[in-house]
Amino acid sequence: MKFEPTIQDGFFDEMYDEQGNVRPHCQKFDDLLKNSPKKKLSRLQFAADKAQMAMGMTFNVYHDKQGIEKILHLDIIPRIIPGSEWKLLEKGLIQRIDALNHFLQDIYNEGKILKDKIIPEDLILGSKDYLSPCKGLTPPKGIWCHITGTDLVRDSSGAYFILEDNLRCPSGVSYMLESREIIKRAFPDLFNRLGVRPVSNYPARLFNMLQHLSDKSKPVIGVLTPGIHNSAYFEHSYLAQQMGVELVSGMDLLVKDKFVYMQTTKGLEQIDVLYRRIDDVFLDPLSFNPDSLLGVPGLFEAYKAGNIAIANAPGTGVADDKAVYAYVPRIIKYYLDQDPILQNVPTYLCREEKDRKYVLEHIEDLVVKETNAAGGYGMLIGPKSTKEEHEKFRKLIQSNPNNYIAQPTLSLSTVPTLIDNQGVEGRHVDLRPYILYGSDIEVVPGALTRVALKKGSLVVNSSQGGGSKDTWVLFND
Amino acid sequence: MLSRVANSIYWLGRYLERTENYARFIDVNFNLMLDLPGDLQEQWEPLILATGDDTIFRSKFDRFDKKEVIYFLAFDTDNPNSIISSVTAARENARIIRENLTKETWEKLNETYHFVKKGAERKEWKKEDPRAFFESVKNQILLLYGLAENTVARTEGWYFRQLGLFLERADKTSRILDVKYHILLPSVEEIGSPLDFLHWMALLKSVTAFNTYKRLYGNIDPSGVVEFLVLNKYFPRSVFYCMKEAENCLFKISGSNGTGFSNSAEKAMGELRSKLEFDDVSDVIGTGLHEYLESLLGKINTISNKIDDNYFQIKDNFVSQSNRQG
Repeated sequence: MKFEPTIQDGFFDEMYDEQGNVRPHCQKFDDLLKNSPKKKLSRLQFAADKAQMAMGMTFNVYHDKQGIEKILHLDIIPRIIPGSEWKLLEKGLIQRIDALNHFLQDIYNEGKILKDKIIPEDLILGSKDYLSPCKGLTPPKGIWCHITGTDLVRDSSGAYFILEDNLRCPSGVSYMLESREIIKRAFPDLFNRLGVRPVSNYPARLFNMLQHLSDKSKPVIGVLTPGIHNSAYFEHSYLAQQMGVELVSGMDLLVKDKFVYMQTTKGLEQIDVLYRRIDDVFLDPLSFNPDSLLGVPGLFEAYKAGNIAIANAPGTGVADDKAVYAYVPRIIKYYLDQDPILQNVPTYLCREEKDRKYVLEHIEDLVVKETNAAGGYGMLIGPKSTKEEHEKFRKLIQSNPNNYIAQPTLSLSTVPTLIDNQGVEGRHVDLRPYILYGSDIEVVPGALTRVALKKGSLVVNSSQGGGSKDTWVLFND
Repeated sequence: MLSRVANSIYWLGRYLERTENYARFIDVNFNLMLDLPGDLQEQWEPLILATGDDTIFRSKFDRFDKKEVIYFLAFDTDNPNSIISSVTAARENARIIRENLTKETWEKLNETYHFVKKGAERKEWKKEDPRAFFESVKNQILLLYGLAENTVARTEGWYFRQLGLFLERADKTSRILDVKYHILLPSVEEIGSPLDFLHWMALLKSVTAFNTYKRLYGNIDPSGVVEFLVLNKYFPRSVFYCMKEAENCLFKISGSNGTGFSNSAEKAMGELRSKLEFDDVSDVIGTGLHEYLESLLGKINTISNKIDDNYFQIKDNFVSQSNRQG
């Protein structure tokens, strides 16, 4: 098909440079795109849609007992990352996870970083995500953040920035795996010729990592799900199936003499490792939220006794607080004595006077976020808000500065995307690679790329018109 | 296998078989009514009485009208046993344990569910002759069984599904036979009349038993039909056959050697199976067909409760387990 790549000023396009020339690592894909009739592309897109439906790659939106299962749109045009660029990302992510793991071990034990006043003590100990029952605890093999899904973006120069460290239970990896299966069918020859690194062994790596957490040679492993009504239930069941382990819910488990058992038709069977997909505070009604129906009474005691490994370890949430995020470069320096390879998005901490003054004066240009709210709650996007809203947030910040941070508005990079089968246009994307911490730290050579399908939109969330793309990491450049 | 998973697989088996049998129920009455002489009134009440759903029905409808009965048995979500309720429950159970199913069985079940939902949207019950729809539901479930037969490993999960399937089928064959009891003949003299004969024939056809019965028994007479559907050793829908298969599933699950019993579910199952094995048709007629069937249904229910106690109830199992350990 004939098309002129639309290059928007002030944004970095991952396939074409400012003059509209294709970037070298995308040459082969561009040739294919330009030589494919429009009809062929829309046919491939149609086949991809159908495959998603048949595979049941759905997330749930429950309104009534009937339930609605929705599909996350998968665009057939991939996002391609050259090998050398990936190597840099890989190094940067490993460095960051390594430092964060040191940080978690420290703040729940000696607290050196707090005593040395690198991070204000009240920011950590006063955080609602700091789990004081974890004090003095070292999880099996000293690993806290086993599975991380870090969000990155690229600015107008193409440089990568860390946007968020998702250290709790990052989701979306099933999309990475299933999307690859579908896109492989769409471009079978190209895959080979380009040299795309495979991701299909992720479940096997995850399984090995979980096995590593137990001293038994064949530990019993389970994926702990909140249940069928959870929006990521498909992923929980998919990962359990791919790893060949049990999918368990709180009601399947019980604790007796500080050991955790699954209730089976043959009686009780001990379980050694839990990949939990429920939040810290719901894990155990005896130690945390007493109203939790999802968790297992006594689980935390069993964990403290060293009789069960939990991934990710309870208590990791404190390290992906939005205020702590601002300190990560200092955390890396403190524990590893290295400069961070991957940069943070510049972040203003309203708790610090100089930063606060800047934020209050420039609020109309900034994005203001509540430190421990997720999913766009308690957020102000300066350029898109009214004067009244600016004023409201100024007051909020002044009354509780510790609760707010601010960042400049980001100019996310774009990737060509098939729009309504009509043509190919650039759309904004982010990047979520997955990092596993077992016998060593490894970054899976692939990622979930989320794309804002609406023209000009910077919001990639699936609930607000976001879709996804397959991410091709090349062996070479 | 997790108790919760076993429970869902068991009920998946029951709900699928229930769906298929409700499609048969509607078919049996249609066949009956089409064969009736024109001057006789259609009888839809017996169908509701035999399914045991008459209380809900009466709370919603004033009379046993054909369209309303079909709507109630097939598409009414207020009726927990209707085709749409059963197929929805089957699918929900399958979704809960999806990681335990083969891809093909899940996808086929999904398709059947959407087919029934579409039927409800099209208002199938308003059609003059909706039998094609019910025929199709029946065939889709049989296709699902065929897929399972050829793709599912014979491990614990398989036997829990088969257990649910055969208990449900035993229950429903008893109820289909009971429809005949509830159908009123115009007078006592009509017993053994051509009309009576028509009723029995339609009943056999509804369980795909007509040809097999004819080959084995020749003449259609009530005691022959009763013997065939309750006590026959080889027909896969007879109550005895279902109980024998269900008992075998229990043995496979517990790993017992196939004699006696190792838990209360096996004990209750074995008692009912041997009663059916050693009863003859005069025992059935002597007790009274309706009374005999009622007692069968009660026992099948008891067995299902005992299966629940032994395999699915978390707390009870924990107690017995901790006793053993202590």
